[in-house]
Amino acid sequence: MSKVNEAEIRAEVREWIAANWNPDMSLVEWRGKLADSGWGMPQWPKQWYGRGLPLALARAVEEELSNVGAVSVAKSGVRLLAAATLLEHGSDPQKKKFLRRILTGEDTWCQFFSEPGSGSDLAGATTRADLNGDYWIINGQKVWTTSAHHADHGLLLARTDWDAPKHEGMTFFVIDVKQPGVDVQPLKQMNGHASFNQVFFTDAKVPLENRVGGVGEGWKVAMTTLAHERRGADGLPPPSKRGTRVGRIHAEERAETEKANQPYKWYPQRAGRVDLVIDRAKETGVNRDPDVRQEIARLMIMAKSAEWTARRARAAQQQGRPQGPEGSLGKLAASNVARAASRVHTMITGTEAMLTGSASPRDGIIAEILVSVPAVSIAGGTDEIQRNIIAERVLDLPKEPRFDTGPFRNVRKN
Amino acid sequence: MNASDESKIEPKRRIQFAFTDEQEQFRSAIRRFLNDKSPTIEVRRLMATAEGYDPAVWRQLSEDLALPGIHIPEQYGGAGFGMVELCIVTEEFGRALLCAPYFSTAVLAANAILNSGTEAQKAALLPDIAKGARRAALAITESDGNWDPAGIEVVATRDADGYLLDGVKSYVVDGHTADLLIVAARTPETVGREGLALFTFDGHAGGVERRLLESMDPTRKIARIEFRRAHAKLLGNLEGGATPILRTLDQAAIALANEMVGGAQALFDAAVNYAKLRVQFGRTIGSFQAIKHRLADMLLDVELAKSAAYYAAQAAAADDPEWPALASLAKAAASETYLQTAIQCIQIHGGIGFTWDNDTHLWFKRAKSSEVFLGQPGYHRELLMQRWGV
Repeated sequence: MSKVNEAEIRAEVREWIAANWNPDMSLVEWRGKLADSGWGMPQWPKQWYGRGLPLALARAVEEELSNVGAVSVAKSGVRLLAAATLLEHGSDPQKKKFLRRILTGEDTWCQFFSEPGSGSDLAGATTRADLNGDYWIINGQKVWTTSAHHADHGLLLARTDWDAPKHEGMTFFVIDVKQPGVDVQPLKQMNGHASFNQVFFTDAKVPLENRVGGVGEGWKVAMTTLAHERRGADGLPPPSKRGTRVGRIHAEERAETEKANQPYKWYPQRAGRVDLVIDRAKETGVNRDPDVRQEIARLMIMAKSAEWTARRARAAQQQGRPQGPEGSLGKLAASNVARAASRVHTMITGTEAMLTGSASPRDGIIAEILVSVPAVSIAGGTDEIQRNIIAERVLDLPKEPRFDTGPFRNVRKN
Repeated sequence: MNASDESKIEPKRRIQFAFTDEQEQFRSAIRRFLNDKSPTIEVRRLMATAEGYDPAVWRQLSEDLALPGIHIPEQYGGAGFGMVELCIVTEEFGRALLCAPYFSTAVLAANAILNSGTEAQKAALLPDIAKGARRAALAITESDGNWDPAGIEVVATRDADGYLLDGVKSYVVDGHTADLLIVAARTPETVGREGLALFTFDGHAGGVERRLLESMDPTRKIARIEFRRAHAKLLGNLEGGATPILRTLDQAAIALANEMVGGAQALFDAAVNYAKLRVQFGRTIGSFQAIKHRLADMLLDVELAKSAAYYAAQAAAADDPEWPALASLAKAAASETYLQTAIQCIQIHGGIGFTWDNDTHLWFKRAKSSEVFLGQPGYHRELLMQRWGV
């Protein structure tokens, strides 16, 4: 069935592109057309800027757009997580207000979930929202917020009931970031970059109509956001392949991508740069050292095996088989690979590993690997949390006894 | 004729990351057979015998399941499958710790004949192997335990109707019972990888002293074989040199890697089950993070080694040029994982895990002996580096 449909869909979108695509348009104008026609997000529902197409056909549409070099709707950062959350839990007025501007790229979004006192234990959030007339009043602190310094809206998880059990006392909001009660401060990391922010809320205001889902249902809504986050790769947008295309729209898109990618510049280094190891060993001559050869081999065996494990998980999924344990292991494997790579880079680099910046080999890349790898086993769920998930969900081992039941007010906190 | 011409220009088989439904069914059939024939009570009975296997079970796995010839082409009496299916067999055998002369006969000897033999020799030797009527062993290593054929010292001297073998082979799996011995030897006054060839020797002929060695892993019997002017025939020709020997060892490394991940899985499953049963401090020990995290790490380790073993088998089946390097990669990966899983499995069992009555030590010993069989992990890591041109 999809054969006929796919050909028809492809023909239809090609015709539409021929009539509408023009690289001298502004980015926002073109993306508005994509959103209004439903071709920008064909897998979304018809009434909300989509066409209700299955994912496979949406890919075909995407392919047709990219075949002519047409720019897609805005996808970088947190905006699509926001959109997915709103599509599932938002009210119609919220969808109307936010979705289109997400797709055109006019609004940038960020996510206010983690707090200094609740990292792995996200449901322990203590940022509070108190109802006062026409507004919810927000007080507290969030952290690890990418893009908060230029975001327009934030997804906010805040506590509204301190007497309910932990997971039942939270509510989900959309908050306007650009208001006096929201103070965004960059958070400088040990590798010198400042990819994230810490954000202080002092009597910040959220209008009643910006509550997403019911009062006390915040955890459930946040789970939708997190599920989409896990499904997507890393928040890291793919590098733009349209670097040389000419036209106003492409220039605007390049500037947008540059801005969106800024926080992630060091991400390849945090993964350990296994790709550099053999070249570095050869260029330094330590490829003749039997100890180093053993360590390189160990690393490459682990990295290759991890890559093939991910391929096995994908293959099983494509064949419609139940997901085996191999699907839950990627994050933990990536941590191990990154740490091993960092150790091998140090062995290869020797005393020069004491240097940093342009004094360090490969114009500082090597030093950046060594001081960035510690992030990989923490960001997006620590190794310890990953192990708990594997043990409990894959191996069906019992949970640890809990000490955070009952009214949240009485639960021990930081 | 046309068909074979076409097959040559066809693109190489692509590496598959999932087994086919047929392969999964094949695995299930083997697993059912082993559940029935190789419970640990049988493993314990057979490991205490000198022969080390049950002839009735060997006959069934040969005649009912056609396993010794699973990878042997149909024109030589085999089932005509390849490396992937052979490795499914070894993985399941490793999981159940089956006591049978399979690795020696099907993996080592049959592949040596396929890699080295003339058409006439393959036609003469392989059908009986495929049927399970001829058990064979491959003798490469000598008393120094070196897996590099360059170190071979057994000499084959030309005589009127063949060759005379002189010297000692050791660590020959099932060498004490095999009907047919395939022996790697060198022609006189050659060194290194020059002058090497494979020879066939009738296991029941004279001029040889075969002695069962006391092996740490009693489920895999190994023998020392001393040849004294023993009459042997050249397998193939003298031009091949070390190439067929190395090819056979690489194939064996892949099959062994798959056997090892099967064993590692059995150990891992045993550890998880025990963690769910054993109660201390009023809780099952599997509820402690110290145990949960250890098990999560073990799972990761086992899955990664499986991926390496499966990928190497697929690459060999597809004749990917990189496959010999991947054989070393998989052997090193599976060796480390199998032993680590065995160590952790004992640890999770606590004191009971160190007893003879608990089954864990059966796999631990297979893990330990497999770690060094066909070359230690460090040896294969170095081979991997050489083969990748580092």
